[in-house]
Amino acid sequence: MKAPDFDYLRPGTLAEAIAILSEHEGEAQPLAGGQSLMPMMNFRVAAPAVLVDLSALSELRGITRTDTSVRIGAMTRYRELADWANICTDLPLIAVALPHIAHDAIRNRGTIGGSLALADAAAEMPALMLALGATIELMGPNGTRHVPADDFFQGFYDTACEADELIVAVDIPLAPEAKFGFHELVQRHGDYAMAGVAIKATSLAPLSGLRIAFFGVSDRALRVPALEAALDGTSGDEAAIAAALPALEAIEFEGDLKVSAKTRAHYAGVALKRALAEMLA
Amino acid sequence: MTGPATIFDKPNTYIGQPTPRADAARLLQGRGRFVDDLQLPRMVHAAFFRSPHAHARILSIDTTAARAAPGVVAVYTGAELAEHVTPYVGVLTHLAGLRSAPQHPIAIDVARWQGEPLVMVIAQTRAQAEDACELIEADLEELPPAVDAETALTADAPVIHADFGSNLAWERKVDVGHIDNAFAAPDVTIVEREFRFGRHTGVTLESRGTVCDFDPSEQTLTMHYSGQAPHMMQVILSRHIGVAEENVRVISNDVGGSFGIKIHTYGDEIAAAAAAKLLKRPVKFIADRMESFMTDIHARDHVVKARMGISAEGSIVGIDFHDLTGVGPYSMYPRTSAIECNQVLNLTGAPYALENYRAHGQVVFQNKNMMCQYRAVGHPIAMAVADGLLEDAARAIGKDPVEVRRRNLMRDDSYPRASASGMKLDDLSHQKALEKLVEIMDYDALRADQIKMREKGIYRGIGFVSMVEVTNPSPMFYGVGGAHIASMDGATVRLDAAGALHVSSSITEQGQGTNAILGQIAAGVFGVPIERVKVTTGDTATVPYGGGTWASRGAGIGGEAMLQAAHALKTQVLDVAGVMLQSPVAALDIRNGAVVDAETGAERITLDALARTVYYRGNELPSDLKPELIATRHYRVTDFPFVFTNGAMAAHVEVDTETGFVKVLHFWAVEDCGRVINPMLVDEQVRGGVVQGIGGALYEECLYSPEGQLLNTTMADYIVPMASEMPEITVAHIETPTKTSVLGAKGAGEAGTGGAPAALLNAVNDALSPMDTSIWQMPMTPERILKALGKV
Repeated sequence: MKAPDFDYLRPGTLAEAIAILSEHEGEAQPLAGGQSLMPMMNFRVAAPAVLVDLSALSELRGITRTDTSVRIGAMTRYRELADWANICTDLPLIAVALPHIAHDAIRNRGTIGGSLALADAAAEMPALMLALGATIELMGPNGTRHVPADDFFQGFYDTACEADELIVAVDIPLAPEAKFGFHELVQRHGDYAMAGVAIKATSLAPLSGLRIAFFGVSDRALRVPALEAALDGTSGDEAAIAAALPALEAIEFEGDLKVSAKTRAHYAGVALKRALAEMLA
Repeated sequence: MTGPATIFDKPNTYIGQPTPRADAARLLQGRGRFVDDLQLPRMVHAAFFRSPHAHARILSIDTTAARAAPGVVAVYTGAELAEHVTPYVGVLTHLAGLRSAPQHPIAIDVARWQGEPLVMVIAQTRAQAEDACELIEADLEELPPAVDAETALTADAPVIHADFGSNLAWERKVDVGHIDNAFAAPDVTIVEREFRFGRHTGVTLESRGTVCDFDPSEQTLTMHYSGQAPHMMQVILSRHIGVAEENVRVISNDVGGSFGIKIHTYGDEIAAAAAAKLLKRPVKFIADRMESFMTDIHARDHVVKARMGISAEGSIVGIDFHDLTGVGPYSMYPRTSAIECNQVLNLTGAPYALENYRAHGQVVFQNKNMMCQYRAVGHPIAMAVADGLLEDAARAIGKDPVEVRRRNLMRDDSYPRASASGMKLDDLSHQKALEKLVEIMDYDALRADQIKMREKGIYRGIGFVSMVEVTNPSPMFYGVGGAHIASMDGATVRLDAAGALHVSSSITEQGQGTNAILGQIAAGVFGVPIERVKVTTGDTATVPYGGGTWASRGAGIGGEAMLQAAHALKTQVLDVAGVMLQSPVAALDIRNGAVVDAETGAERITLDALARTVYYRGNELPSDLKPELIATRHYRVTDFPFVFTNGAMAAHVEVDTETGFVKVLHFWAVEDCGRVINPMLVDEQVRGGVVQGIGGALYEECLYSPEGQLLNTTMADYIVPMASEMPEITVAHIETPTKTSVLGAKGAGEAGTGGAPAALLNAVNDALSPMDTSIWQMPMTPERILKALGKV
């Protein structure tokens, strides 16, 4: 299929982009890497009147490190993140997860901000932000605001980002002492997960400071506070996990063409168990 | 057969060599010439408004707004197009009792599957045509659909074609021996299973498409066609669009995969051809991926209830089964949708010496996309049923599945003979193939590893299949039933003035290397370096008449025609050389582009010198010498309806019992396709076929809602095998040339797809056996395996 006609704008500054979005009030759609939006337009599921190409906005580019955090510009592509010199030392969880995000061709084009703005429930990046306790920096006509990842993902393709706002960057706190885990269940490498989990722990013996974010399980990436609480202070052994698993019932599991909600619930537990086992190994 | 016995041991033969393909560089450099690459002057584009419902009465269609939309050139409803296109009916007389209703390229009164074309819009661009489709107002009255094949024959099922009184399209029964007596005998163990095979489809890299053009000054219709059977399409266009057959030219240039998807008559392509005639200008239609999933023929869709009886010693006493196949609302034209079920009845258990065999096949209409011939037609079902039951029975009596096969396979020295269903078989090697398989896979070591791994909670399984494949079909496949489909193929070989060969053939290239093997045969048999052979296929204006490439017939039939033509030309050229050189013809040979002394190999005259003399300086030749530097030969299979091949395959899998994921660790295929013309191409054909078989066994399924809506129409939702999950596939050969031709080649294209699903099914069930559970449904998705394990 071919996309219906649309106007194409390529602003040179962030302020100009925000002005365009305000001016076109919901008719305009920002274009980041285009890895989801372009197919949706070709399927005629999305039909924006105005496409606002963000590729010329230098304010949305670049990765900068301070003593306490890493700031990743929203238009940073997966490939650029993977190639960043400090990825393994400063963002080890993302380093482990990146090869699981789709395929090379998609990682070459897809952007961090684009993935967060779309907020596909099965995508890895939202869950990584939750696990890492990232902050999402938004800019709109009224200036900049900072939204914790915990408050950002609000539902099925729904985020705290308003129609006239853009994600400018994400800020990820450095945690040199923390331990991380990641596991996703896919039938084929690069597929959207049938269930996946990203974990941060400030210590392993016993488990503490847990942030456990699931993806591919419900309408959005999410944490389950009761599960984190149940595992906190335990060794993370089989008995501890078995005792904590009922907490997953808090998730409203979604079924799809490949797996039922019930199977998803089972998979979420398997992913958790495997991720913890790899962390503790 | 005629032909020299020494044809294969010539010093410069290419037959049997892994010669690189001449067209590989061109394709890899992006110089492919696919239908969508064509940009003709004044070309316009077709898009279709398709039925959103599985079953609906068309009350009215308002195209006013669409006709007024920017760029729109023409709009045709079904009724409007029907004035210019005659309907077609997908039946053949040799499939006695098969019925189907007249089908129009665009539905007229009733839409019978979701995706059926309702309106064609022609516009300056495809995007404009799609814009206009959105402006069409169709008043459709939804009718209750018959979606599920299993309830399509019940009394309260909606009848899709009222005149027929039921949704039964065709049925056939086979009853050989005395199955009930055999099963009732003492010491006979009966295993009984219900097999389910989901629908899948071909997913060709290049989607279906056509560019059609009509020249009113000569009344000629030209179709650029991504397909496998140009001459068949020529007849179809002529008969249904009303252009003299000789005025229809069908050109099939590069084709990006086909797998049987592209040998059928699709309404959208016929409509595009009719539009070209009406508009007198080129019309392009390229199916997008969503249209491909919705309208490319689907495959399989069987429920088979089957029983096998086995003696305590492991002798199979018989097979008894019922096959129910859902084929959509029409039998596909012109090859029909009954062939698949017919093949299941013909082929189930065909590798084994069976005395008792009872089979009942029923083909039913339903409100889904049509089901028809796709790579390995019926074979995956037949092989999975027979060999699935065989391994189930072996487990039931505590015997090794290889031992049970050894006991029951037809002996290699027992041919010619017939299968239980009456298929004539010859030149098969089941025993040799199985022994070679067991050897190359190191079976005993795998069994030892299996036991060791089970102790660690790792469940691995080994599964086998012994199989036959229908190849090189004779006129008994289609022509006998009234289909306008050639079973014969032709080849022309011409020596040009520069001493190069120009060859053409009626078989076609879809990416599998047809042109390469034609070049090898011509070069090897005639005697020129392969670089000096130019191959033309896929153009009804220039190639000999013939069937094309499908049913694993290209190499065996088209290859033999090429062999005979090259041999004939060689004889003709040597006749000329004998006169020119004042030498007995028997003392001469052609090697590496020159006429040589047959004994010493010493060059006597180069082919270009000979040809230049003939073409330019005929005055130097005796007046009574009439040189013919071109030869054409045709070939068809006689005496056998098909030339069967056989193979033995094995899969080694690991089942993750916590997730239901299946990892294929290794796959082995031993294939006997007779003489191997190019081992590199045959090996890759087998591997590609195995991968498609893995797709059907583990991943691919066209999923419909109860209302008949196709649910997965993207490559994210319909998953195909990808390189990263594919195992090492080891291929080995037994070569038992068929006696039906000099070349001795049987088909190789479908074996992997036909056999792999059965081997995988058996391997998964072998892995699951310690848990005392099994699965009989394909694809074997993780969730289905978890259900079998009682985990969800």
